[in-house]
Amino acid sequence: MVAEVVIKTINLKCAFGETTALTNLNIEIRANEILGIIGPSNSGKTTFLRALNRLNYLNTTYRQSGEIIFEGSNIEGLSDSILRKKIGIIFALPQVLPITIFQNVAYGPKVHGVKDKSKVTEMVENALKKAYLWDEVKDRLDMSATRLSGGQQQRLCIARTLAVEPDVILYDEPCSGLDPISTAKVEDAMRELKKDYTQILVTNNTKQAARVSERCGFFLMGDLVEIDETEKMFTNPADKRTDDYITGRFG
Amino acid sequence: MNAARVREKIAFIILGLITLLIVLPIILTIFYVVKNGAGAVSWEFISEAPRKGMREGGIFPAIIGTIILIIGTMLFSLPLGILSAIYLVEYAKDNLFTRLIKLSVVNLSGIPSIVYGLFGFTLFVVALKFGTSILAGSLTLAIMSLPVIITATKEALEAVPFTYREISLSLGATKWQTIRYCVLPYSIPGILTGTVLSLSRAAGETAPILFTVAAFYLPRLPHSVFDQVMALPYHLYVISTQVPNMPAKLSFATGLVLISLVFIMNLVSIILRAHYRKKKQW
Repeated sequence: MVAEVVIKTINLKCAFGETTALTNLNIEIRANEILGIIGPSNSGKTTFLRALNRLNYLNTTYRQSGEIIFEGSNIEGLSDSILRKKIGIIFALPQVLPITIFQNVAYGPKVHGVKDKSKVTEMVENALKKAYLWDEVKDRLDMSATRLSGGQQQRLCIARTLAVEPDVILYDEPCSGLDPISTAKVEDAMRELKKDYTQILVTNNTKQAARVSERCGFFLMGDLVEIDETEKMFTNPADKRTDDYITGRFG
Repeated sequence: MNAARVREKIAFIILGLITLLIVLPIILTIFYVVKNGAGAVSWEFISEAPRKGMREGGIFPAIIGTIILIIGTMLFSLPLGILSAIYLVEYAKDNLFTRLIKLSVVNLSGIPSIVYGLFGFTLFVVALKFGTSILAGSLTLAIMSLPVIITATKEALEAVPFTYREISLSLGATKWQTIRYCVLPYSIPGILTGTVLSLSRAAGETAPILFTVAAFYLPRLPHSVFDQVMALPYHLYVISTQVPNMPAKLSFATGLVLISLVFIMNLVSIILRAHYRKKKQW
């Protein structure tokens, strides 16, 4: 059985001003998979993620050509609001708003017009449960989110994204600032979320990609060098550069 | 003690003295005004109209006039100033036109207040036929207050971390929702500071109201926005220079009331600011 393709890019080229970030990307993301993206800095990993929900355009010098097909149609046809609701993102450093835990998670439902208070409360609770944070914060939802630990803040960010009920979740080096135990908790959450969501994990930590992802792509200098089953990629990569990178010979 | 420590000490002392020099005029001014004016301030002084060619009675109409002018100024300048700052920071693209607007705003704050007065007189009093009225005066003062309000609001908006906007947009919020929920709440303290600063200045200005609203002597309260009013700064000017045999303490007392009015405005803004800071910690 061939899994359904959720996102497909066709000849995607991205540039910031004169600097090319992605040269010509053709990649397919399948439903309910965790796709790992590895590669050294400046290889275009983050640009790829942020192209998918048009966050790159927050930088006014950004230019893009090619097509991004999401659930069968070009994302050009979707408003920013709808697109970003369906494709959520978790940033590298835990970025919580300086409001309460509850308000952080309720922010998404609020801007998407959920007015009913009990509905919002229910959505917040569900999202926090799915992000493995509920038990730790259920008694202090009115505490400022900035007082949570880094790992808790990152899971709060995941909960916040889940609360808008996306189809796809993008992770941009979500554990780069976290200790190993917090990292493990975030990874647990990701594995659990596989049932309902398609996830793309950009990481500088190749071991994390090996642990969590089913398929993995290797980016280098704006090119997708190789994409394959994670197991095959880490044991028997097709390209020598991939081998060099994952065995730590450069990067 | 070695030479470096001694030099450092001397530098600290000099810096401290210079700082003191800045505080001194304020303290002296307030002290002088209070010393000379406090004796004349009474309930009668702030609650009754002037009598006998303003040499007796109170300054009630002028106090009310100034308060009305502050409110009128706020009504026009606050929405206009805050909305244009939002446009400049959040929406405007960085092009020649935008830079021209920003330059104008900066230069607008450098225009002498008497020029605003003349402008207000020509436009509002004569051309738009508002006459010498609260409406014309408020509009003139509002235009004068705009640059400070715009600049303060701009700075307050720019001080909000970009990540807040990014978070909000990434969750699918529209631009306006992002501004409404993730930017404005955090800039309110800064906006308040700038607004009150600018309104305080408007409250004390004489030149812009000279031709547009201020009445020399009008011992009754206005009936509509097309009425003239007395105002504290102009009244102070009038009784200090135009009325012979005027007891000096009345001038100082009027000054004291004006300072107190501005002080109360600042106090309110400090309280509001503390309230917002407590609610939004970042």
